[in-house]
Amino acid sequence: MRYLPLTGDDRAAMLAAIGAASVDDLFADVPVAARLPGPVDLPHHLGEWEVENSIGAMAAKNRHSGIMASFLGAGAYRHHVPASVDHLIQRSEFLTSYTPYQPEIAQGTLQYLFEFQTQVALLTGMEVANASMYDGSTACGEAVEMARRVTGRNRVVLSGNLHPHYAEVVKTLGALHDTAIEQPAPAPAGEGDLAPVIDQATAAVVVQYPDVFGHIRDYSALARAAQAAGALLVVVVTEVVSLGALVPPGAMGADIVVGEGQGLGVGLNYGGPYLGLFATRQKYVRQMPGRLCGETVDAEGRRGFVLTLSTREQHIRREKATSNICTNSGLCSLAFTIHLSLLGEAGLTHLAALNHARAVEAAERLAAIPGVTLATPAFFNEFTLKLDRDAAAVVEALVGKGILAGVPGARLWPGQAALADHLVVAVTETNTPAEIQGFAAALAEVLA
Amino acid sequence: MMNRQGRPTAPGTNAAAKVDTVLGHRGLDHEEALIFEQGQAGRSGVDLPPVPAVQSRLGNLARQGGIGLPGLSEPQVVRHYVRLSRRNYAIDMGLYPLGSCTMKHNPRLNEKLARLPGFADLHPLAPLSTVAGAVELMGTLAHWLKVLTGMPAVALSPKAGAHGELCGIIAIRAAHVARGEGETRTRILVPESAHGTNPATAAYCGFAVDPVPATADGRVDLAALKAKLGPDVAAIMLTNPNTCGLFERDIREIADAVHGVGGYFYCDGANFNAIVGRVRPGDLGVDAMHINLHKTFSTPHGGGGPGSGPVVLSAALAPFAPLPWVVETEGGFELAEAAAGASFGRLTAFHGQMGMYVRALAYMYSHGADGLAQASSDAVLAANYIQARLADVMTAAFEGPCMHEALFDDRFLKDTGVTTLDFAKAMIDEGYHPMTMYFPLVVHGAMLIEPTESESRESLDEFIAVMRRLAEAAQAGEVERFTGAPHYAPRRRLDETAAARKPVLRWTPPPAAKAAE
Repeated sequence: MRYLPLTGDDRAAMLAAIGAASVDDLFADVPVAARLPGPVDLPHHLGEWEVENSIGAMAAKNRHSGIMASFLGAGAYRHHVPASVDHLIQRSEFLTSYTPYQPEIAQGTLQYLFEFQTQVALLTGMEVANASMYDGSTACGEAVEMARRVTGRNRVVLSGNLHPHYAEVVKTLGALHDTAIEQPAPAPAGEGDLAPVIDQATAAVVVQYPDVFGHIRDYSALARAAQAAGALLVVVVTEVVSLGALVPPGAMGADIVVGEGQGLGVGLNYGGPYLGLFATRQKYVRQMPGRLCGETVDAEGRRGFVLTLSTREQHIRREKATSNICTNSGLCSLAFTIHLSLLGEAGLTHLAALNHARAVEAAERLAAIPGVTLATPAFFNEFTLKLDRDAAAVVEALVGKGILAGVPGARLWPGQAALADHLVVAVTETNTPAEIQGFAAALAEVLA
Repeated sequence: MMNRQGRPTAPGTNAAAKVDTVLGHRGLDHEEALIFEQGQAGRSGVDLPPVPAVQSRLGNLARQGGIGLPGLSEPQVVRHYVRLSRRNYAIDMGLYPLGSCTMKHNPRLNEKLARLPGFADLHPLAPLSTVAGAVELMGTLAHWLKVLTGMPAVALSPKAGAHGELCGIIAIRAAHVARGEGETRTRILVPESAHGTNPATAAYCGFAVDPVPATADGRVDLAALKAKLGPDVAAIMLTNPNTCGLFERDIREIADAVHGVGGYFYCDGANFNAIVGRVRPGDLGVDAMHINLHKTFSTPHGGGGPGSGPVVLSAALAPFAPLPWVVETEGGFELAEAAAGASFGRLTAFHGQMGMYVRALAYMYSHGADGLAQASSDAVLAANYIQARLADVMTAAFEGPCMHEALFDDRFLKDTGVTTLDFAKAMIDEGYHPMTMYFPLVVHGAMLIEPTESESRESLDEFIAVMRRLAEAAQAGEVERFTGAPHYAPRRRLDETAAARKPVLRWTPPPAAKAAE
């Protein structure tokens, strides 16, 4: 076995040093009835070439975004990741290191986490950010839990236009604490004002920006209404590139901003690993979940970085911790940080403008097709089309033409007939003008 | 001695004296400013096509003013992160003896396969007709996990070990609710030696945490456990092999006793790597157990994640598993995403850590049933070898063989003026990452050493020689070697108290730059 260095002679010599007759002796504490008499019923070991062949064959069965023209979004976005990002994150010292609990020999990880936290704070317009969560949806769940702690209240208002998976995560956690959760039905043409739903028992109001259909709107008034009632406004951003073009949620008065950072550096990966972003106000920092990296000095007075405020965390506080989270998305936060460092201010704003322009071109072209209406007048790089028929069937027909047309309503809201004719379409810099034209022509053909 | 050019041929007597370098670099160890302290406005490391002229649809939400990000070219960014990388320890550089964290070799084949476009460039909401291979991979991984654990079901989606704990405890809660006992099952038993995530998870789910004491031989006190059982007990959360590196001999009695009062047995599977292919948790009475793919099945730790924590479930808990799940059909596998039956709902968007599934399955295929059992055996052998070879100079916490990690306490440092922390920091000077220390809490000054199966005998012997020499140095009164350590790392000890007292959690522009804005 290529990964196991010990030889038969090594094993014999080691057993002799231990004073054991066989390795089985070392397992003597295992109840006899629970010891497997022989190997389990699975295949024997394979060489690299064989493993590559069999797993490569599975990969080859997927019709992925590279070989299809993809307009899929709804929480995961295809952006070009520069080659240097993947090269750098595969450096042994990043890839194969542990959580930086020994800061003297983990300054590499700690410094990039400090940079990451700064970048997330700048993008969201918030004062502080943590060192990452698992993904956007779990960050959203944690934001609601944090709002419950901060306010001591147990009622939550969710926008109907919050990504349904995110809402389901909040509901899963809320069920543990009998949290009262109010959520209006999804409103593809744009949601009404949530302020009237806020009351004196409300811990948090959760909205998405851009929302799941792609609508963008100003939440400043909602922030004021929430805060007047003693509640926190949580803003969810699933497409982080949008923050290169849009007024940041912090400028609208958000108390917590959570997001999915996958769009920068990480890739699609069929849903994971992804990167949860979590930012808030300085005054709430001791209520935050997850790891935080802070600046300090070493014994010689040189600047250095450490994990800090760990009295919030499970390994110190155990049952009194703010969350049970331990492992986060370290390497994904590195990919994000490198990609954003490569883009810089000029690159990110250019990338965001390009995404918006391509999306506007696509939306106008598609909405001109008979049977298609644009449901989202203001959007960033994702919009919703109302079709004159079931969108899932249209998507399936377009698969046959080499196009992943978007996410149909039935996929996001199974069983909700009113949304079945809606199609959520995302357009990024990876969609060429020719692809957009091809999509429009194919959709017109299918709907004709 | 000089050669004929007048150059010295051996280090001078002053070789050890510290030289103040111009920029603070020390040879290959470069001081590196934050990315925000570098760069120029208008510079970028990415070239993009021009933006077509369109009528903006951003309205009054178009961003006004700058973000504050620095501008750097690609060579600058590459150099910055390469320099940072060189300030990290890594398993690729040396033995990483972190007990309970399982730092084993990360095969590069697995990285290559996870990056195949068929997996890496696949959208989670792509039509199911286009993702047959992804679902097949998930189904195959599920099959291997079920066979290796002897359990009938698995929930793949948890994002890490602690998320898997959450999954298991929510499923247990749902099972009690379904029996009409949701209100009365309020207590979860957690041994004192448990990982911090166990009590944190139980409390996060609204349960009272009731600690169970350990016996003098480092195992759960069965009598004390039985005395705590009652109709209000929802579950026990038990790590096995436990955090002392020992197999719980009474495991089946513990499971029977908990089941006897209607509770469930949650097993923390962080240490599953000790028994894979030799013992199946399903034969021990386990109802739910998370598997850290980033420990047992070698997916890289990546400086703190991403992990992956699939949870195997007993028949009693399987109906409550979270969405989505993979269904085995006659023709292959299908993905079920819509709410069905008793499922407790969703733990995360999409399907979990696909990239980690690919790596873990590649690891399983590479080892096979034979190699997985051999890996467990070698991991246990290596830990026992270390325990045996250090027993006369350090103090083992418990008698008898250990499993995959060797636990020492700090009795051998008594009256030396050297603490466990000092000892750990001296290991840094010797080129090693310290072992896990001060955990488990039940052992004074604990040092938990897990070598894993990835180390050769030569590597183990070197490590043992270093540890022996350090133990002797501590006993010989060479205190400065320890209390001043590390001497040779990129940083000396860092002031963690100052960091926490006045937290600086982000870079802010210096005052002059602020004024110029």
